[in-house]
Amino acid sequence: MTVGSRFRWNMHVQGWLMVFPAVVLLAAFTHIPAVATFIDSFYSTPHGTKPSHYIGVAQYSNMIADPIFWQALRNNLLYALITVPASIALALIMAIWVNGKIGGRAFLRLAFFTPTILPMIAAANIWLFFYTPDYGLLDQIAHLLGFRGVNWLGDTTTALPSVMAVTIWKESGFFMIFYLAALQQVPPDLYEAARMENAGAWQVFARITWPLLMPTTLFVAVNALINAFRIVDQVIAMTGGEPNNTTTLLLFYIYQVAFSFWDSGYAAALSSVLLAVLAIVALGQFFLLDRRVHYR
Amino acid sequence: MPGSLRRRTITAAAWILAFIWGLPLLYALWAAFHPSAYTTDFSLHAPLTLHNFARAWEAAPFARYFLNTVMLVIGIMIAQFIICTLAAFALARWKFWGSGVLFALILIQLMVTPDVLIVENYRTLNRLGLIDTLTGIGLPYVASAFGIFLLRQAFKSIPKELDDAARMEGASTLQTIWRVYLPLARPIYVAYGLVSVSYHWNNFLWPLIVTNSVETRPLTVGLQVFASVDQGIDWSIICAAALMTSAPLMIVFLVFQKAFIQSFLRAGIR
Repeated sequence: MTVGSRFRWNMHVQGWLMVFPAVVLLAAFTHIPAVATFIDSFYSTPHGTKPSHYIGVAQYSNMIADPIFWQALRNNLLYALITVPASIALALIMAIWVNGKIGGRAFLRLAFFTPTILPMIAAANIWLFFYTPDYGLLDQIAHLLGFRGVNWLGDTTTALPSVMAVTIWKESGFFMIFYLAALQQVPPDLYEAARMENAGAWQVFARITWPLLMPTTLFVAVNALINAFRIVDQVIAMTGGEPNNTTTLLLFYIYQVAFSFWDSGYAAALSSVLLAVLAIVALGQFFLLDRRVHYR
Repeated sequence: MPGSLRRRTITAAAWILAFIWGLPLLYALWAAFHPSAYTTDFSLHAPLTLHNFARAWEAAPFARYFLNTVMLVIGIMIAQFIICTLAAFALARWKFWGSGVLFALILIQLMVTPDVLIVENYRTLNRLGLIDTLTGIGLPYVASAFGIFLLRQAFKSIPKELDDAARMEGASTLQTIWRVYLPLARPIYVAYGLVSVSYHWNNFLWPLIVTNSVETRPLTVGLQVFASVDQGIDWSIICAAALMTSAPLMIVFLVFQKAFIQSFLRAGIR
């Protein structure tokens, strides 16, 4: 055996030895459970002495007949459809403000970014007070202005938007910093040229800033979309899915089915749907977006 | 619109939004540092007090929760550093059998995070006898695709010549990593460490599922248990407790604001 081939042989063995701990843990907690979730969704939930047995697509036909599942899915899609664009728009506005010549921008940046650092559970409990009927801050302001109070989290029409507001509040400051970094990369002579041409502020934004920020927008949008389908903390802390499941989101429903109703078979089927949604987002990112731009 | 008026309008709008954004925290500070009678009475004469913090501290075992969270986040961070460094180095520097496919498989975890797989992972922990242990909370997060990706990128940018020089002097692979790669990738470790600590300090769903005793509960779960058990809805105590759980991270953030924001950026942009 030559020295070269021994080195190569060594490299293969050493390489695998070094990735081994990571591979075992990743397989144990990501890949195997993902496959097992799918397999388990074709089996019944074990009850006492009765072990689980193959039941084909019964869990899925139950799911199609389950109005709460459809509501959770609808709520979640609506959640994504509203919180993702809203957070992105606010993040962009905040970044443009903080990047420009504005009084007290260090303080503004701090105020916008701080919600990112707060634990969601802590923030949700503070927001819970804001939303408290009559006594809470929002209703007190409403009373001051002569309006009737609203039961923000108890009313079926306002509950979901109220939870959405917390997500938008928490996420936009986080996305702001990505835009801020991108804005600082824009060559200043582009703006200089625009000024020479007497372009208005809106034109500058539409023709220069927005196109140049596109990679950042796509990157942020994908992340926001994934997050929207994994939201659960604020639902547990603020509403528990109430009233009438109007704030039930997919992951919360999975949690409820698995750990309150202890129906692991049905929870596996629901998890498979969530995995499918995440896979669609992943494939969409892979095929539709220009991958070169955000992985430098 | 004349220029100066326009600018003033924008500044005002920015400050109003910043005020709204800061309001929850400002309100929590108000409620926590004033007697319950002043929870919604924003009078300048309201006396300051630390009583709410004392009451919250006594009402629930927050000291224990703090200890649990600190042990948890430090434990996870150290384990992540070790496991991700080894994997990242091998993937960055060598083309061993299957390394390409392996890397693609690892990246799946960026999408399919452990919180999506709660049902199966709970079953796995049950089999391992790790339910209600700190190890059980941390284990699914220790091999992090994000960490491997981040460190692999960092290692790839380190010149191969430095590596070769260390080898010439007879250093083994682990010695080379320790002497050459670790010092040069330090900013990435700081970034990854900050992101990891703040993520796990705030993580909630998985610890909620895995823990069922005071000895293992981290702060987030402890706070939720505390707030949902009937406190007579005393908002000043709940605000004091919420501030306590966030305080250490907030203080670190305020002190190292630049490094913190840089870290999130570095970690996010990749």
